[in-house]
Amino acid sequence: LDTLLLARAAPTAGDSVLFEDTSSAAPAMNSQGYYTSGYNMGGPSNDMQGGGGMNNLFADPMANAAMMYGSSLANQGKDMVNKEISRFMSVNKLKYFFAVDTRYVLKKLMILMFPYTHQDWEVRYHRDTPLTPRQDVNASDLYIPTMAFITYILLAGMALGIQKRFSPEVLGLCASTALVWVIIEVLVMLLSLYLLTVHTDLSTFDLIAYSGYKYVGMIFTVLCGLLFGSDGYFVALAWSSFALMFFIVRSLKMKILPSLSSDSMGMGSNAKPQLRLYITVASALFQPIIIYWLTSHLVR
Amino acid sequence: MAFTLYSLIQAAILCINAVAVLHEERFLRKIGWGVDQSVGGFGDEPGIKVQLMNLIRSVRTVMRVPLIAVNSVCIVLLLLFG
Repeated sequence: LDTLLLARAAPTAGDSVLFEDTSSAAPAMNSQGYYTSGYNMGGPSNDMQGGGGMNNLFADPMANAAMMYGSSLANQGKDMVNKEISRFMSVNKLKYFFAVDTRYVLKKLMILMFPYTHQDWEVRYHRDTPLTPRQDVNASDLYIPTMAFITYILLAGMALGIQKRFSPEVLGLCASTALVWVIIEVLVMLLSLYLLTVHTDLSTFDLIAYSGYKYVGMIFTVLCGLLFGSDGYFVALAWSSFALMFFIVRSLKMKILPSLSSDSMGMGSNAKPQLRLYITVASALFQPIIIYWLTSHLVR
Repeated sequence: MAFTLYSLIQAAILCINAVAVLHEERFLRKIGWGVDQSVGGFGDEPGIKVQLMNLIRSVRTVMRVPLIAVNSVCIVLLLLFG
């Protein structure tokens, strides 16, 4: 906000100088012999600013004027884009998911690959807002899924190149296939959570994060398949499938399964824990299937 | 099964079209999924059927007009580019 105010202030300060002091604009224009009358629109008003303000940057005041005009246009464009984007998704919420540091990433990757020794799966809160991933290792983030997705695409290209089946279209196809599966999975999860009126605080970004964690397993599987051949591929597939299933079940259990204490009268809640359990188990079972589907063609 | 984003958009448009053409009087009331048959328990959580009926009704209400535009664009593009 401060930089925006500063940027706004600069042209207006220049404008007030322009409107007041036009007497020196005429000699400035006369001295630049090669400016024709076609530049009258921008010439007289901006020459003064260019000459008086920063004539260290450019010897040519017109380029200076163009630069100031362009920067004010860019600021307006940035404002408009921010306003439009913030109608669809709040950028603050997105920033929360990218507030990670190295220690968190390392611990989270260890938990994803070996979740059996992790004791406490509860997401800690701080006065009703969840803690950022920097402070709580159980919070979900979007940094790891994004990086893992991009790494997976690069690794797929490399694997196909090793088998001499590479072409640039295949890379785009692989990327869009993986992206489409993520979108489908997130939509199915959202639909099932809506239909069963499960009151959770899982937002859409949380679901995208949990969907994206499987790419870490996929990268590990493809690497083992490339290094150790077909046997290594199946061993790594089994290992990462079990680890990921355990991770998903333990994480989602905390968020979906506890029944609400306010209105659980015991009547309608008999079917609910079962159905919620089915959702958790089904989404966990879906992970190894999709891992196998998306990686088997890379490791023949 | 190699997907592209375009095939996802096509599948989504087809699904939303399918939901939008369900007629209220001729079909949904016959199978007991009309909007006036969903008034159920107050205070208690509605079941799956009520949620599904509400979802169908809201999709039909919201997506009628945008679907006209999207379908027209799709038809023109398919005619031009096959």
